[in-house]
Amino acid sequence: MVASALPKSAILGVRLLDFFKKPVETFQEFLFLSGRAFRNIVRAPHYVDDILLQMDAIGVGSLFIVSLIGFFSGLVMAMQMARALSTYGAQGQIGQIVSITLVRELGPVLASLLVAGRNASGIASELGSMRVTEQIDAMRALGTDPIQKLVTPRLIAMAVVLPLLTIIADFLGLVGGYLISATMLNIAGSQYWTSAWQILEYNDLTQGLLKPFLFAIVIALVGCYYGINTSGGTQGVGRSTTKAVVVSSVWIFVITAMLDPFFVNLP
Amino acid sequence: MIANALAATENAAPGGSPVVQFTDVSLAYGEIPALAHISFAMQAGETRIVLGAAGSGKTTLLKTTVGLVAPDSGHIYLFGEEVTGRKESQLFDIRGKVGILFQEGGLFDSLTIAENVAYPLLNQHALHGDTYSHPPSDEEVERLVRESLSFVELEHTLDKFPSELSGGMRRRVGIARAVVTAPQLMLYDSPTAGLDPITANTIINLILKGRDLRNAATIMITHRYQDGHLMANFRYNPSSGKIEPAGSSQLTTRFFVMREGRLVFEGSETELRASTDPYVQKFGRPGSA
Repeated sequence: MVASALPKSAILGVRLLDFFKKPVETFQEFLFLSGRAFRNIVRAPHYVDDILLQMDAIGVGSLFIVSLIGFFSGLVMAMQMARALSTYGAQGQIGQIVSITLVRELGPVLASLLVAGRNASGIASELGSMRVTEQIDAMRALGTDPIQKLVTPRLIAMAVVLPLLTIIADFLGLVGGYLISATMLNIAGSQYWTSAWQILEYNDLTQGLLKPFLFAIVIALVGCYYGINTSGGTQGVGRSTTKAVVVSSVWIFVITAMLDPFFVNLP
Repeated sequence: MIANALAATENAAPGGSPVVQFTDVSLAYGEIPALAHISFAMQAGETRIVLGAAGSGKTTLLKTTVGLVAPDSGHIYLFGEEVTGRKESQLFDIRGKVGILFQEGGLFDSLTIAENVAYPLLNQHALHGDTYSHPPSDEEVERLVRESLSFVELEHTLDKFPSELSGGMRRRVGIARAVVTAPQLMLYDSPTAGLDPITANTIINLILKGRDLRNAATIMITHRYQDGHLMANFRYNPSSGKIEPAGSSQLTTRFFVMREGRLVFEGSETELRASTDPYVQKFGRPGSA
């Protein structure tokens, strides 16, 4: 009766608000969780063992796949760019192109996407399983803050390890590019490495390290958020895992798109 | 008996107030009521058996008791202190006086059995503040863990992981973890669900033993009338080490029946069996539910 008395525009407005209610609520909860996780960094107790365990799981565990993808991305890029550059007789600049592309964009994004796929899913499924088997409730009942014990160590570990993985991916990508330039383009190693190094400015290095740091925060918090808020048994764990990977991957691209205009316009 | 009387005096909440008190507590998950105007109180040494269909609000009742779930309205008091409206960090002390066995066990998969049982000793703030002037030493923790595991006859599982144990054994480890801090209030969520009758009886005997050795207040959720019957009519005799008929002490055990978040019955076992309400009758007969 009430609904029918409302004008159509008001009904549309109410439906629109209903549509946005859930995402806004989710984002609000995510911000609360993030706030508590950051606040716990400076609050006791500090679970150093858990931080080291997570560094091992994320860093050492992802090292091989990140190295492999970093190497091949540099290799493939050098091959593709060589053809384009030969059109202009600028094959000597291959080192510069590989270096700038990897350090600024490809290294951070590729390494983060791999870690998101591997570890956001791992975090969400682990915490989700703990949720549905009442381990998180048990933790709270037994005097432990689950955010302090589970979220903050993963956040710290990810924020430390992902920039390091990115540096490794960048370097191996450059090695891949060097192999192509040396074997297919006959460019001297000294020329390749000198041009690759000299083209880099502080701006490039800053964004090359800032991006994985921010991506790491997003991957860890998104994984933890979906894990801790899992409901609906084992099916729910599956849903949380999928959401964690999809949402963190999307955020990686959103953040890089937001940051790029700032860094591109820097002198 | 003297030991029990002493324990009862020690366990009494400050000023003789109830160990647990609910005053008009309501909670809804969206449109679905989980608790509707629940009010009750229980003293040290008393037992409450909570019966009801799946989804009737039993587990929510247990979780709201210790502040794991916050009610929409009403007040909950534990040991005379209000639980509602407190921050999570302010609840840790009071939770240190409560032992909980979760329906799913709640054992930490990544920890060994010994580490699981030691967990409350090492993490509950109240213990460090009240019982100990400093965190317990490694020797003290080991002694208490061994004692607790021997209480449930599982001291040989110290270095195993929960996944290596059967369902009944995991439930017993859950009891060991719940009682290791000698809490004054014990909460059991469906401790016999999914277990065979022999293992279920073993679990109930352990719960009886834990209750009567320390005269702890106990709330037990169950689907099985038999569990409530045993809790109401039997007691653990520390002298003989056996479970015996309780006699007059059955007066301290009361039964709740829940339906759609409401407390539709509260009374003794005799009153439960005499109830004419068809829903209550489903839970008040031997072999029911």
